[in-house]
Amino acid sequence: MQFFHSERMMAIVERDLRKFFRSPALMMAAMVFPLVQLIVLGNAFGGKIRDAKLGIVNNDHGPQAVRVIEALRAVQSNARTFKLSVYDNEQEMVGDVRKGDLNAGLVIPPQFSRDVYEQARPKIGLVLDNTDNFMTSTFEQTLTELVDALNQPDVQPRVVQQVALEVVELYPYIEYMKYLLPGSITLAMFVSVMIGGGIVYIDDKARGVHEGYLVTPITKMELVAGLNVAGALKAMGAGVVLTVLGSLIAGVGGAFSPSNLFWLVLLIATTSFAFIAMMFLMMVRINDPLIPRAIFGILNTLLYFPSGAIYPTQAFPKWLQGIAFVDPFTYSVHGFKAVLLKGVGLAAIWPDLLYLGGFAVLMFVLSTLLFKRTL
Amino acid sequence: MPEKKAIQVVDIVKRYGNFTAVDGVSFDVAEGEIFGLLGPNGAGKSTLIRMMTTLLEITAGKAFIDGYDVSKQPNEARLCMGVIPQAMTSDGDLTVWENLSIYSKLYGISTAERERSIDELLELVDLNQWRNAPARNLSGGMRRRLEIARGLVHRPKIFFLDEPTTGLDPVSRVAVWEMIGDIKKKRNLTVLITTHYMDEADRLCDRIAIVDHGKLVALDSPRALKASIPGSSVIEAQFANAPAGWEQSLAGLSSVNSVQPEGANMYRILTDDGSRTTTELVESAVKANVQVSSLTVQSTTLDDVFVHYTGRQLRDQLADAPLYTSPVAWGK
Repeated sequence: MQFFHSERMMAIVERDLRKFFRSPALMMAAMVFPLVQLIVLGNAFGGKIRDAKLGIVNNDHGPQAVRVIEALRAVQSNARTFKLSVYDNEQEMVGDVRKGDLNAGLVIPPQFSRDVYEQARPKIGLVLDNTDNFMTSTFEQTLTELVDALNQPDVQPRVVQQVALEVVELYPYIEYMKYLLPGSITLAMFVSVMIGGGIVYIDDKARGVHEGYLVTPITKMELVAGLNVAGALKAMGAGVVLTVLGSLIAGVGGAFSPSNLFWLVLLIATTSFAFIAMMFLMMVRINDPLIPRAIFGILNTLLYFPSGAIYPTQAFPKWLQGIAFVDPFTYSVHGFKAVLLKGVGLAAIWPDLLYLGGFAVLMFVLSTLLFKRTL
Repeated sequence: MPEKKAIQVVDIVKRYGNFTAVDGVSFDVAEGEIFGLLGPNGAGKSTLIRMMTTLLEITAGKAFIDGYDVSKQPNEARLCMGVIPQAMTSDGDLTVWENLSIYSKLYGISTAERERSIDELLELVDLNQWRNAPARNLSGGMRRRLEIARGLVHRPKIFFLDEPTTGLDPVSRVAVWEMIGDIKKKRNLTVLITTHYMDEADRLCDRIAIVDHGKLVALDSPRALKASIPGSSVIEAQFANAPAGWEQSLAGLSSVNSVQPEGANMYRILTDDGSRTTTELVESAVKANVQVSSLTVQSTTLDDVFVHYTGRQLRDQLADAPLYTSPVAWGK
């Protein structure tokens, strides 16, 4: 007796794909969420802060204080990071920071100009609303740069006393939306397997569709392979659509050279197989249609966020880095970043392909072993 | 030469933990026979059919399909049988033709044979004009006919139907009965059917096994089963007022075998001579000044057989049972 009948496996694939392509809602669901996330998060997080409210109290009124205020007004006019509001009273300004009317307040103390001339460690006070880390770091960075500029001597010394770091950027500036794109492509494939390999699979099981399969001579491996191939093809479709649309939206069309296209397709295929095999393993003994719906959010949080899709994994605590290490999202996101944002090929992505491929095989073997050929 | 057995079930048992769903059932089904498993929901009929069709593991005992042991040679057994599950499992998003084509492929039927077989089946179940319609657009009866066709795509010798008319309207039920009888003749099938409809079992089956609480309580032809219980007729009489000792008076009428009070002054009387007992009953009522509210006389039915062997009405069991038990739930 033949061990594996590909026509039986392909019958399962055919059935799943016909069903999928006749349910536009299923296809849309897999694409819309990642696209919306790319557009909304890309625009929400990608921009620089503008027109934040900065109060200032000048308790000095000397020429050096005027110099500071002129420098602040220059930032207000050019970078437009903040708008200045001048206060007479320090207490009132701090009160407005507390109330949220101001994002930060700057205090120029009395005797500031004299301290500058006497080189007596002159100081400017910055009062911050530190409930917003992003705003706080923007003010700190902008005002530190401004103070550094004020500290530069009018006449450069003959011997350089301070070491400066000269930054060389290898790639063009990456906007946040571009940074998010690899994660969005990966997420589209995940949503596709969550719907096709999770929700629809369990719904079919509950409706008795699998009961129909189980009375035929199809083997465990043919059935599991058929369901996995069908799920992977659907996820690949979602991945390709998101790669094209997402690249157009985020503006990374330059990455579509023939060799990059080849690596992208390979990454999409291995990611799709890894995801569907993982999902199938999770669902292989589940019968309740509510479970895939209930765990969708948990899985999304557990797999997507630690992957480096929206924040570098190096910033994570050790335990979260441990999740990222085994998370197939991490390798997929890394691979897509390498190809889409850096334009590098196999040399950079072979570890990702190796991990995703090995992960897919392991998940497939385990799910085949656990799959019950009876009800 | 002894009749060849299409199905042989030997002391089969299914347990879920401490609960025994099927408890030592044995029977044979001869080639070409229509065999019915009759019993209320939860009696163990579906569990029994699922064990025979390799859908459930057998806890103890054996089942043979066309001579193949379903536990040891499941694939050989699967190729011999067509199975129509209780739930409608045809794919609503696929057309009638696609539903049949997918299953033909699952049975490894060649392309040329597939085309021919599907065309023939669509004629057989009278769905040819609907071949390109999505299954979801079909009525319940048509959908059931599609499922019957699906179970026959590989020309099985033995056909299992698990409650094939549940949920269908009376007209569709009759149509499905006629179709099953017709297909059985044309294809020389052995049919095993589970049902909780007495009229269905009576009309279709050559022999009937009554199953209750996982046990086989009676097995014979419908005629023999009816003959096996006392009384050839059943009188159901309700009285406006029933004096003390009225049950004994009824039991004393000619040819009466038994009297079962059913509450609200209603009595169920089994008799060997329906017309004579009825006449005497009316005369006794007039004499005793007892007003007859309603009176029906009918020949013994399978319902009476069920009452006799299980001690209660099948319809009572149906009312208590869950409407539908998911196939998945059984596996838990």
